[in-house]
Amino acid sequence: MDLGFVLTQSITQAIGVTAIIYLLATMGLNIQFGYTGLLNFGQIAFVAIGAYAIGVFMIQWQQNPWPSWMPWQTLVPNLWVAILYALLLSVILALILGIPTLRLRADYLAIVTIATGEIIRLAFKSTDPLGGSQGINGKMGQDFYDLNPFPQQDRFDFGPLTYTRADLWVVICGWVVIGLLLLLTWALMRSPWGRVLKGIREDEDAVRSLGKNTYLRKMQALILGGLFGALSGIFWAIAKQSVQPDSMVPAFTFFCYTILILGGAARVMGPVLGAIIFWFLLVFVEQFLLLLIDNGTITFLVPTQVGPIRFILVGLGLMLLMIYRPQGILGDKKELALDAR
Amino acid sequence: MPGDLAAQAVSALATVSPEPGAPKPDPILVADGVNRHFGGLVAVDVTHVEFQKGAITALIGPNGAGKSTFFNLLSGFDKADGGTWVYAGTAVTNTAPHKLARRGMVRTFQLTKSLSRLTVMDNMLLGAGGQKGEVMIASVLPFLWSAQEKKNRERAMVLLERFNLAAKADDFAGSLSGGQRKLLEMARALMLEPSLIMLDEPMAGVNPALKQSLLDHIRDIREEGTTVVFVEHDMDMVRDVSDWVVVMAQGKVIAEGRPDVVMRDQRVIDAYLGAHHDQQLTKSGESLTEGTSS
Repeated sequence: MDLGFVLTQSITQAIGVTAIIYLLATMGLNIQFGYTGLLNFGQIAFVAIGAYAIGVFMIQWQQNPWPSWMPWQTLVPNLWVAILYALLLSVILALILGIPTLRLRADYLAIVTIATGEIIRLAFKSTDPLGGSQGINGKMGQDFYDLNPFPQQDRFDFGPLTYTRADLWVVICGWVVIGLLLLLTWALMRSPWGRVLKGIREDEDAVRSLGKNTYLRKMQALILGGLFGALSGIFWAIAKQSVQPDSMVPAFTFFCYTILILGGAARVMGPVLGAIIFWFLLVFVEQFLLLLIDNGTITFLVPTQVGPIRFILVGLGLMLLMIYRPQGILGDKKELALDAR
Repeated sequence: MPGDLAAQAVSALATVSPEPGAPKPDPILVADGVNRHFGGLVAVDVTHVEFQKGAITALIGPNGAGKSTFFNLLSGFDKADGGTWVYAGTAVTNTAPHKLARRGMVRTFQLTKSLSRLTVMDNMLLGAGGQKGEVMIASVLPFLWSAQEKKNRERAMVLLERFNLAAKADDFAGSLSGGQRKLLEMARALMLEPSLIMLDEPMAGVNPALKQSLLDHIRDIREEGTTVVFVEHDMDMVRDVSDWVVVMAQGKVIAEGRPDVVMRDQRVIDAYLGAHHDQQLTKSGESLTEGTSS
């Protein structure tokens, strides 16, 4: 173990599967919170719906005692249909959340979404046909891995970075999807539609007084951000081939907010930069502390304490960032001069 | 010198009797039995009031008279407990604000609602009606809306020139001064080409120099054929610019008429103006301390 290994690990994680999962969910939050000002504190609900849809349709329906008179396999013949269903379910979730709350003040959405996230997690955890407390494990992404074009070999080396055949395929596809969604976000947000969203963020009543149906635009933003969240969950299920209820905790959403604010809200590239830096720092601090413990520089810590301590240190770093650069890394300094809030 | 439409409005209102609920020759907005309660408090209880088309009508009254609540009801930002109102011949009782705005009835707010983290130009463009690019699907296909956007931008620039904000077009609206924000809000409302504009205290917090130019803008708006209704506490402005004054107190319309007539009305003096409303606070040569000690 040396500094080179620490850096390699950090870089691998900064652009790896976990970073992609968080990034996709954060890009959804950017549309909802960054551009439209919707306080969605339950992005994990959309992620869980996406991930569980893949797990249930691809694994549970084939094995568990679901009523046999339903043609499960015809309904979901392959992964691609399951993905369509997952996206559809996330739209339905957005409608259920949005119809009652989007007419109310912004804080109601925050309360409802955070509760929804927990309800969904606990419902999955306590329902055995949906995986129960064991979650769902199995080859739910097989259709995707079958398309892997890379030659059969054990490892692929890119400088210091090393990938297995499957990991390489997953990570490349993840970043391609992210690239397309960034393009979509950019196209939407430079348009008059995006301008209405930003207007809603600043003052909804002013936008209503100018003849815009703000309720419709808020619903569209909630659905679009929810779809991004579902894609994050779908990617999670495929990449990890495992869906666990205990991973679907509210902290996921809070990390997404951290990433968004770190990178710069209402900036197309904000979440990308935020996710990469966040995961780099988190892994770097962990690995670096482990290295120091390993070679005897630090004697007052044991390796099991490193996990919590890295969050403390990264949290401290983020607090400093908020004090000295509250608009985030990509944020506009000019905005700070305003008494916007 | 008053323009054509101003002269028309004055002559049209000349024959109207100065009493609450008086019928007007050509009303654009008619409210009937509009009331709103907050618990036991009757905030608004207007039996009948008409606003003349093409005129500048002032709505005055003491604090808590229900002027702003009445505005909120008429513009759809609050729901009435009873009553009906008709705008340009169509019943619009409790219609959503964005639908009213599309029909040409636009309002501004007492506490200015400039969209701080949008540029002045974006604020203006948001005002334009019927934008194709505001439909989500169409928004990713710029060829559908870029021509329209360009036209709106040119129109916005003309308005910004007129309101002396052109140099600020690319700055955030949040960087404007209070008075400039009032101007921006008015200019933004004009992007919709309204037929009725309702201004809630347009002069609040505006310095005297800017007041004069705001008054001129209000006159210009009317000369372009837009009816103006405004809530205001600044009596000089009311006297100066309005053709007709409606006075509210305790939720009711207690008087209306031409400004000079209304200001002499005993009910209005009792409820709102006070007996010495047209006198200076201190006479020349008299010190402030003497005035207050007596």
